[in-house]
Amino acid sequence: MRYRLGLVAAVAAVAALTLSSAQDAQAQDKVFRYATTGDVLGLDPHSNNEGPTNTMKGNIYGMLIHRKPDLSLEPDLAVSWENVDEVTWRFALREGVTFHNGNPFTADDVVYSFQRQSQETSDMSFAIATIEEVRKVDDYTVEIVTNGPDPILLLNMPNFYIMDQEWVEENNAFEVVRGAGQTNFPNLNANGTGPFRVVEWVQDNRLVLEPFEDHWNAGNLMTNIDRAVLTPIPNDATRVAALLSGEIDMMYPVPLQDVPRLQNEANVDVLEGPELRTIFLGFDQWRDELLDMPGTGQNPFKDQRVRAAFAHAIDLQAIQRVVMRGASTPTGLMVAPGINGFVEDLNTPYEYNPEKSRELLAEAGYGDGFPVTLDCPNDRYVNDEPICNAVIPMLERVGIDVSLNAQTKSLHFNKIGRAEGNNTSFFMLGWTPGSYDSLNPLMQLMTTGAPGHGDWNSGRYDNPQVMALAEQIKTEMDPEARQAMITEAFQIHQDDVGHIPLHQQALAWGVRTDTVAEIIQRPFNDVDLRYVVMQ
Amino acid sequence: MFAFVIQRLFQAILVMLVVAFVSFSLFQFVGDPVNNMVGQDATEEQREALRERLGLNDSIPVQFMNFVGNAAQFQFGLSYRLGVPVEDIIAQRLPATIELVLVSAIIALAVGVPMGVYTGLNRNSPISKLFLTVSLIGISLPTFLIGILLILIFGVWLSWLPTFGRGGTIDFGWWETSFLTVQGWRSLILPSITLALFQLTLIMRLVRAEMLEVLRTDYVKFARARGLSNRAINFGHALKNTLVPVITIIGLQIGSLLAFSIITETVFAWPGMGLLIIQAIQFADIPVMSSYLVLIALFFVIINLIVDLLYYVVDPRLRVERGGGGH
Amino acid sequence: MAEMAREPSQQPTAPELTLVGKVVDGWSRFLDSDVFYSFKRSPLIIVAFAVTVLLILGAFLAPWIAPHDTTNMASLNLMDAFKPPAWSVGGDGSFLLGTDDQGRDMLSGIMFGMQASLVIGFASVALAAIVGTILGLISGYVGGRVDSVIMRVADVQLTFPAILIALLIDGIVGSVLPRNTAEELTYPVLILAIASSLWVNFARTVRGSTLVEKNREYVQAAKVIGIHPTLIMVRHVLPNVMGPVLVIATLSLALAILTEATLSFLGVGIPSSEPSLGTLIRIGQEYLFSGEWWMTIFPGIALVILVLAVNLLGDWLRDALNPKLR
Repeated sequence: MRYRLGLVAAVAAVAALTLSSAQDAQAQDKVFRYATTGDVLGLDPHSNNEGPTNTMKGNIYGMLIHRKPDLSLEPDLAVSWENVDEVTWRFALREGVTFHNGNPFTADDVVYSFQRQSQETSDMSFAIATIEEVRKVDDYTVEIVTNGPDPILLLNMPNFYIMDQEWVEENNAFEVVRGAGQTNFPNLNANGTGPFRVVEWVQDNRLVLEPFEDHWNAGNLMTNIDRAVLTPIPNDATRVAALLSGEIDMMYPVPLQDVPRLQNEANVDVLEGPELRTIFLGFDQWRDELLDMPGTGQNPFKDQRVRAAFAHAIDLQAIQRVVMRGASTPTGLMVAPGINGFVEDLNTPYEYNPEKSRELLAEAGYGDGFPVTLDCPNDRYVNDEPICNAVIPMLERVGIDVSLNAQTKSLHFNKIGRAEGNNTSFFMLGWTPGSYDSLNPLMQLMTTGAPGHGDWNSGRYDNPQVMALAEQIKTEMDPEARQAMITEAFQIHQDDVGHIPLHQQALAWGVRTDTVAEIIQRPFNDVDLRYVVMQ
Repeated sequence: MFAFVIQRLFQAILVMLVVAFVSFSLFQFVGDPVNNMVGQDATEEQREALRERLGLNDSIPVQFMNFVGNAAQFQFGLSYRLGVPVEDIIAQRLPATIELVLVSAIIALAVGVPMGVYTGLNRNSPISKLFLTVSLIGISLPTFLIGILLILIFGVWLSWLPTFGRGGTIDFGWWETSFLTVQGWRSLILPSITLALFQLTLIMRLVRAEMLEVLRTDYVKFARARGLSNRAINFGHALKNTLVPVITIIGLQIGSLLAFSIITETVFAWPGMGLLIIQAIQFADIPVMSSYLVLIALFFVIINLIVDLLYYVVDPRLRVERGGGGH
Repeated sequence: MAEMAREPSQQPTAPELTLVGKVVDGWSRFLDSDVFYSFKRSPLIIVAFAVTVLLILGAFLAPWIAPHDTTNMASLNLMDAFKPPAWSVGGDGSFLLGTDDQGRDMLSGIMFGMQASLVIGFASVALAAIVGTILGLISGYVGGRVDSVIMRVADVQLTFPAILIALLIDGIVGSVLPRNTAEELTYPVLILAIASSLWVNFARTVRGSTLVEKNREYVQAAKVIGIHPTLIMVRHVLPNVMGPVLVIATLSLALAILTEATLSFLGVGIPSSEPSLGTLIRIGQEYLFSGEWWMTIFPGIALVILVLAVNLLGDWLRDALNPKLR
């Protein structure tokens, strides 16, 4: 017994010591503690292309052009740029910028970063895929040459991250290594020109950042934090509890049902805003026989009337009101407002009209309905499975026999993706164009059959007119002519009912107002620490 | 003795190989990791190239041989999700889980054994019945719900305890411990109670059953006849005799604590092995999943081996034939 | 454990009895038995028994007695969603316990959900009991290398936590089988997964009992007069291990129902369009903080009552069948 008491006393003493010192250190600091569902995948800016990871890169690494919260572009490492000719762009670089390790930033770093990011192993290569060459003109001027006219080059520049050539070479890390082979040094260590530097990263546990004192714009930034700690908390309820108990200052996403509860809480507020991701349903329009109807030789979805019948059977307003609790914007287009090429006039959803739906089905010869399975992720989008669950009764009421196959995202994407040969008849998917331009969904979702087209066109919607338009849109430099073609392509797709767009989900961030003075939300659901101000 | 040990060791290795093979072949089916590793904009050529680099296009026997060969040298490859060697990740996560499991095991024992003894000795008392019934309610709720209810009550409504994570941790080399700060201990309370509840009930019932059995044996009756005090009989003879099977079961239960920590760690965002494996499954992070299973198997095999050897030492009858009768 | 379960009713009955006679005879023997005596004497157990029967009836008669047919998806109306219980403000008389996020009546949902949980529970326990008993019998009776192999397999099996096995089996079925069979196979997959985590208990117990029975005089005698070992096992050893099997089965039933609930938390389980009790709780817990408490609490209470009643029965059965504890 005595031994045990001694042990307790020792533990208590040590605990008291460490506790007091920890408190001292934190007393005067403005520490911003925030949480989201998962950790960043890695720190290497050229390795992964994933939402939360990309944001973290933006805190740490600089790019030629930065995207502001309102989606407009502002100079970062480039101070100005001009078109020399249709395929050549000249960028004047900022002088006197240093990396976190003190190395100076020059044109060589831009050239080197281009070479590194354009490797096939880089998941970020898509952003600079149209660039043929980056030329150094002098220490503070570069020229970018594209492989054809590229109207959206600038829009992609915020995804082009600049690394320090010297640092990368010192660590022998030119290659973007993933998965196998040796550990990728820049994935665990970081050295950028961004406003924050990495102090500590314990994967899946905490990522600690502090302001970079020598940042070129230090002092003029909105933020006043001394330290930021990102903690992944996968379980929704736990994340809400952590915010309510004051253990964290901010968390996202807030489960929609908890929004009113948090808003009623004294020191907590919920920031809501539209997100750029569009959630939609798609159908298999390619197979001659629907997977769910073996032996019949029929694929009802090949008939436009059947697709239209589905669209008219789904009550988007009810989903918005009940499942999304008002936190979504029902949509008629495959892109969100704010995406370059968005057409307000086409954004009206298909009319909810079950009667018309039944008529269309009868006309198409499916008055008695048919069986179909809805493939749905259950951990990817806001309320993804409940949305699918809500759609099922609506379709059942017009006679369609729908069963649900909801599963975790890795299995879902495998099934509907090319890995399993688009093994689906009817599926849910969500899409944010990485370039913030309509060309991306036209290529990836609405055309198929050529390299670079239709990687996620899982139902293989195929209309030669749309394909032809997409090819022209790729290189059309005149904004007005380009917009006209985008509008036309969207119109055709809408008339065809190629997909059923459902909505843009809303962002919901939970913020403690007793510690956070101001935080600006960007429509791509991420936290840019430049815009966080503590009390 | 020597032959026995050799035989058991041989069997243990066999078990490990089988587990390695089973886990390995099962993981061929959890989904293609490539889709999780690349972004939405990656081309099909990039996906295929990555598949090739990861060795996913090798034949399954080749992949398995590579896996076993590396595992034998404690090299489990790089996590697809985190991009670092799996052995490093495990070294980082193991302390969190071990501390959680340890505290839970202690809670389960410290509460379960006395309750078991009490209910065994006082079989018909109302308090015993209450203990038994209440403990049953505790295990009639799924673990995840218990965890969330505890968070709601003690974290949110009462604001007494932290709701997630490990709180203040201090490094001892690679071992990050929460035992040395008040915050660390406070963070341990809710998850360890959540995890301990099931085992607590199990241990209580086991001790009770063993007590009931032992109290009926002849030698306890003799001890009573000899006029020994109740106290001496109950604790000196009866309890002592119940402990051998109890300890055995507890050893085996540590494994199931590890398994149940999957749920507890997910609910409490506890950065240990359980959270690691569940995230690995969602990501189809094959190297992490296989290593986890092999590690768990190693745990079990070692515990089984120790239990077998203990039996061998403790119970002379087993030197003739293992098994049969007993408990 | 070994010497338990030697009930009079399990002794071979006289051949000349008719079927009806057998049943009547068995029943009267049961009424005279110690088991029934101990049943009569314990009010708690009578209650537990009554509750279990009631719940099982409620679950399986759900299509006829539930206020709403929640399996008919077309009848669900999103506009009915999130209604609180009938007695509270904003409640609706036709939804006694309120509705969930899809407008599903909670009371009916719980009845159908319990049916799903019970089907999975009973089926997986039955599968585990059959496989476990057979393997245990063989392992104990034959012994030697066969015994060793079976017990090693059991060791390996124990290595894999039930949750992991289910996740894995689910993953395999989802990707190996042609599409859409995967979904129809949800029940078989869950049953297989849960059963595969339960059979070891049966096998180990039966093996232990068999080892004891094997050396008894009557078995030795049967062997000497040349009765086939299979027949010996089935006719003589099996009846004597049925007691412990019954006890384990009861306790496993509770465990199986809970495992199913846990699996649904991890996203592997019954599709949420036809929720089980566990799925209802999993969905409901997401609404615990936002005030829709009835979505968790009612299915939670239903689950606790069911599992508690079954566990109490199992406990009582264990004590009642153990002659040493009477």
